[in-house]
Amino acid sequence: MSAAFLEARDLWRTFGGVAAVAGVDFTLAQGELRCLIGANGAGKSTFFRMLTGQLAPTRGRIRLKGHDITGRAPFEVARLGVGIKTQVPSLFEGLPVAENLWLAARRAQGARRADAVTAELLEELRLARVADAEVGTLSHGQRQWVELGMVLAADPELLLLDEPAAGMTSDEVEATVALIERLRGRRTLVIVEHDMHFVRRIAEKVTVLHRGRVLVEDTMDSILSNPAVREAYLGSRAGGLDG
Amino acid sequence: MRRELRAPGFLAAAGLGLVLIAALPQWAEVYTIFNLSVYAVLATLALSLGLVWGMGGLLGFGQSAFFGLGGYAYAIAAINFAGSGPGLLAAIVLPVLAAAVIGYFAFFGRISDVYFAVISLTVSLILYNLINTTSGAAYRIGQAPLGGYNGIPSVPPLNLPFAGTPLSFEGTFYAAAGLLLAVYLALRLLMRSRFGRVVVSVRESETRAELLGYDVRLYKLGVFLIGAAVAGAAGAFYAAWGAFIGPDVFSIGFAAQIIVWVLLGGLGTLIGPVIGCFVVQALTAWLGEFEGSNPNIVLGVLFLAAVMLLPKGIVPTLRSATGRLMRARAAAGPREPAA
Repeated sequence: MSAAFLEARDLWRTFGGVAAVAGVDFTLAQGELRCLIGANGAGKSTFFRMLTGQLAPTRGRIRLKGHDITGRAPFEVARLGVGIKTQVPSLFEGLPVAENLWLAARRAQGARRADAVTAELLEELRLARVADAEVGTLSHGQRQWVELGMVLAADPELLLLDEPAAGMTSDEVEATVALIERLRGRRTLVIVEHDMHFVRRIAEKVTVLHRGRVLVEDTMDSILSNPAVREAYLGSRAGGLDG
Repeated sequence: MRRELRAPGFLAAAGLGLVLIAALPQWAEVYTIFNLSVYAVLATLALSLGLVWGMGGLLGFGQSAFFGLGGYAYAIAAINFAGSGPGLLAAIVLPVLAAAVIGYFAFFGRISDVYFAVISLTVSLILYNLINTTSGAAYRIGQAPLGGYNGIPSVPPLNLPFAGTPLSFEGTFYAAAGLLLAVYLALRLLMRSRFGRVVVSVRESETRAELLGYDVRLYKLGVFLIGAAVAGAAGAFYAAWGAFIGPDVFSIGFAAQIIVWVLLGGLGTLIGPVIGCFVVQALTAWLGEFEGSNPNIVLGVLFLAAVMLLPKGIVPTLRSATGRLMRARAAAGPREPAA
């Protein structure tokens, strides 16, 4: 029995001989906020999909709160308290905003709380005006908020946020930072983000994935001055790192 | 769900339905009542596909198979036990068991939507061929001959519980229309319940429903079983109405017809499939009165026109049109005093 909240050991996932994730070791303490960065194709989303049970690892084990969740179905992992905001918003497009939130709240918090949680979140996330609108008709930023709202409505212990600030206006990014600050310490978070300004503002500790492996794990400042990281990012995102 | 019981829309639907059922036999001819009875039975079948496909997102070409199984189960049980009670029970149990087996392999085996449609069609065709080969005298269950392509004649009519007297034409109409209304209202309540709301969410995004912690396999299986039970009950009423059940209920033509009702009336609504079924059946009967005309060709053209002009179906199109009208009025309203 390990003391870690989340622990991945020697995690592999291959697609037709190509290893998207190639031996990742990853440990997270309860209440930690970790940022995960890496170039496109570094294996971040594949890693997330394995954590939520959407993909079974080719090799390796994942433990959450002492439970071995390797290869478990997504609904079982979700019931252990894992919520995810996916990179491409995964929503109930044809249903109203309020119904999206209610469905998340109802499963995790029960019938008595579901209506109240939905109403609170509609206010808090400034979605009350579009509560009855179908999610498919909303702007990209609003859809991001609906998905964040669904994650919050389920109130999971572990939140996985895949690019929460992508495509948001600067006001919306500020609100996202504020939201993450509120959750800090109360919940365990793993955040994948490309925007280095954003990462710099929220990150305590950063894990850099490169070609399916953990390249380095350190504070943001050390990461930024690490030659290996600069090398890994060179070409595609070297400029981004300086920001 | 309790809120829905007191909702104005629900009460209005229940009241309107009851008034229609009570009033129609007062002024309509017996012939019309007789026809309306079978329309109500077929509309109940349409409603079952409206639930499974429109709400659950599971396109099955085999909804008619459950209807047919229900019809055969009713005929065989009612003949052997001399009464419609055991027949009705059998007509619900057998399709539900069949749906449980198909649904278990389809949903727990993670078969994709396309294969699900193909499998459901295959089951229908297997039943069609199977029943067609049972024309010999040796093929009988108890006192009921299966009859092969000739079907089972002399199926006992519906009778009142604990009384041997068969229902009159009017009584059959009350029973059939009552079944339709009861199923419609029950499904409305179901769609307001937690179960119904999750079923719709699974239709919208299976991935998101799973990520929220819902076991989508159970919801798919659940809605599939309810659909099979409703289709089976409708099949029993169908066999009782015509005192006959034959293998044509398992044919491709019949399976396709149900899909046309649902599409024409509107996918994703409950009343749509009912209206679609009544419209198509009434048109078919009316067109059949013209000598030398082929109702199928006219219906085919109508259906093509409907798909192109009303791609969402009758009910959703009407709904969005009235919605636009209301919004236009609301927008125009405040301006008037200022002008």
